[in-house]
Amino acid sequence: MKTTPRKKLRRPSNGHPPQSEADGARWNLRLYVAGQTPRSLTAFKNLKEICEEYLKGQYHIEVIDLMENPTLARGDQILAIPTLVRKLPQPIRKIIGDLSNTERVLVGLDIQPRSN
Amino acid sequence: MIRPNRRNRSRPLDGLPKERTGIPGFDEITLGGLPAGRPTLVCGSAGAGKTLFAMEFLVRGATLYNQPGVFISFEESDEELSTNVASLGFDLNQLVADKKLVLDYVFIERSEIEETGEYDLEGLFLRLGHAIDSIGAKRIVLDTLEALFSALPNEAIIRAELRRLFRWLKERGVTALITCERGNGRLTRYGLEEYVADCVILLDNRVENQISTRRMRIVKYRGTSHGTNEYPFLIDDKGFSVVPITSLGLAHKAPTEHISSGITRLDTMLDNNGFYRGSSVLVSGTAGTGKSTIGAHFIEAACMRGERALFFAFEESQDQIIRNMRSVGMDLEKFVKKGLLKFQNARPSTWGLEAHLAMIHKAISEFSPSVVVVDPITNFLSVGERVETKSMLTRLIDLLKSRQTTAMFTSLTSGGHDMEDSEIEVSSLMDAWLLVKNIEYNGERNRGLYVLKARGIAHSNQVREFLLTDGGIQLIDAYVGSEGVLMGSARSSQLAREKAAEVDRKLVMERKQRELRRKQELYEAQLVALKGQYEIERDAILRDLDEEKQRQQVIAAQRLEIARLRQADNGEVQLEGNGARKSRKGTAR
Repeated sequence: MKTTPRKKLRRPSNGHPPQSEADGARWNLRLYVAGQTPRSLTAFKNLKEICEEYLKGQYHIEVIDLMENPTLARGDQILAIPTLVRKLPQPIRKIIGDLSNTERVLVGLDIQPRSN
Repeated sequence: MIRPNRRNRSRPLDGLPKERTGIPGFDEITLGGLPAGRPTLVCGSAGAGKTLFAMEFLVRGATLYNQPGVFISFEESDEELSTNVASLGFDLNQLVADKKLVLDYVFIERSEIEETGEYDLEGLFLRLGHAIDSIGAKRIVLDTLEALFSALPNEAIIRAELRRLFRWLKERGVTALITCERGNGRLTRYGLEEYVADCVILLDNRVENQISTRRMRIVKYRGTSHGTNEYPFLIDDKGFSVVPITSLGLAHKAPTEHISSGITRLDTMLDNNGFYRGSSVLVSGTAGTGKSTIGAHFIEAACMRGERALFFAFEESQDQIIRNMRSVGMDLEKFVKKGLLKFQNARPSTWGLEAHLAMIHKAISEFSPSVVVVDPITNFLSVGERVETKSMLTRLIDLLKSRQTTAMFTSLTSGGHDMEDSEIEVSSLMDAWLLVKNIEYNGERNRGLYVLKARGIAHSNQVREFLLTDGGIQLIDAYVGSEGVLMGSARSSQLAREKAAEVDRKLVMERKQRELRRKQELYEAQLVALKGQYEIERDAILRDLDEEKQRQQVIAAQRLEIARLRQADNGEVQLEGNGARKSRKGTAR
């Protein structure tokens, strides 16, 4: 793969305040994809939206393309693509799929939906 | 894309390329191994040996055929796997270090996973692909792929992905082994056989009469012929081994060489030769008749000839046999130390019949003995039915005959039965049959041995009494005489009586001879005396005759003188003959 989808996908997150990039971010999320498939892009888009809405300023997203680094699949025991791994806060949670069901993503990430 | 390595593949006549598993026996029943470059399904219930079979497929591939392999485990971690198979002598860590093997533990915690929307299993594909590429694997094992069904919620996605996975594996040209739990009434719990249609192997661990027997069956093998039976298999310290023991038929060679039974007099009974090599000998008898000892003699003789012998003992331990045989003057231990003799001791109930047969087969293949003793075969009846036992023994005999191994089987006949009613009805399978019998007579039991049959050998039809002495078994002619057939003390007392009578007769004869000698002497003496007397008498007579002659001469002379004096005429003188001239001169009477 010639392009670097990791950067490409991460570009939107670059616009966020630096503290979200730092290791000290409260929410450390890792999205595993395999190439820039439409499903991966959808997942990233959905994730981004949810984070912006519920975790603004306190999250950090790392996108890992397994096409480039297949060895990384072993570490987080990734089978399904896309998989979102919540590294922090503990415990580790995994959400598989394109994250199109926001409600379930929130349940999966253990984020309390904002009361209207 | 990994090109299939054609060199390592056996190409049977039916054309389908196959990959040798290296598992003893398995490649024979599949006529070459698993379908090369295709997935194979191994199903069986828990504890049937699926993981082990799969692991051995990889380990043998890596060590024997230089085919690196990938083990994807959904159930056990790398460490657990390494530890579990270390007992079989497989050093996984070394193989991993040598880049012959990749272990990948795929672990999915259902509780950690939330599903939101569409996904696929590309992650798994990437992992497999990476593992395969990293060592150039030709073989891959997915150990219980069905774990996916419990790990991931969407069955429809899994099924679609599995179909893609099998296609993908075929495209990559790796020989894949997929293990599956057996489901209720079907081969696999999730119907994976629908996807893997080329080759399906069923492993089974059945319990009958509280004894479990492992069996294997090739349910399906598309595009090739294969053994269709259920084959027993073993898992022991050397791994997996399938035992394709079916009846081999009657095509075995019949050697004309003879081998000694180890008992000199028994060889004499068998036309001075002993048994044929490669024959099967049945020794049957009631308890305590010395069947095992006959077997031990047979073994000892083989070891003395420098041949290897295998003793399958189902009643006694090795030490016990060695000790007992020492009491009859046999030192089997030295042969064990020399490596000529091996014992295989097991209780019949330890395994099922098939497993026993498999164990025997394995031991024989490994040790390749020229002589085998199975003591006793009747104990198998405690494990299996009569028919099964007979079938197992038939196959065992066929196996031994095909290897030209001479075998002696002992069979315990229970009391109250006809002695010639062999318990397992195997006598027709046997080439020679020795019957050892306790003969009760005169308040004691004695052992009698006779050769009931010996195919192709002009054998003695007599009963021999057999004694267990310090020097082993001794066969003695039973007493056959005016008193009937006698054995034991009756025989020896009868013999003593006969000996006494013989001594008596001998004395009488001696006496008569002495008498004869005396008479001869007497008569000879008398002869001498008579002769002396005769000579005396003869001399007297001769003397008388002489005297008479002289007297006559004197008379004649006197007559002539008188005649001369008388001047007798010539006629008178002429009548006198000789004295004519004289008478002319002399006088007539």
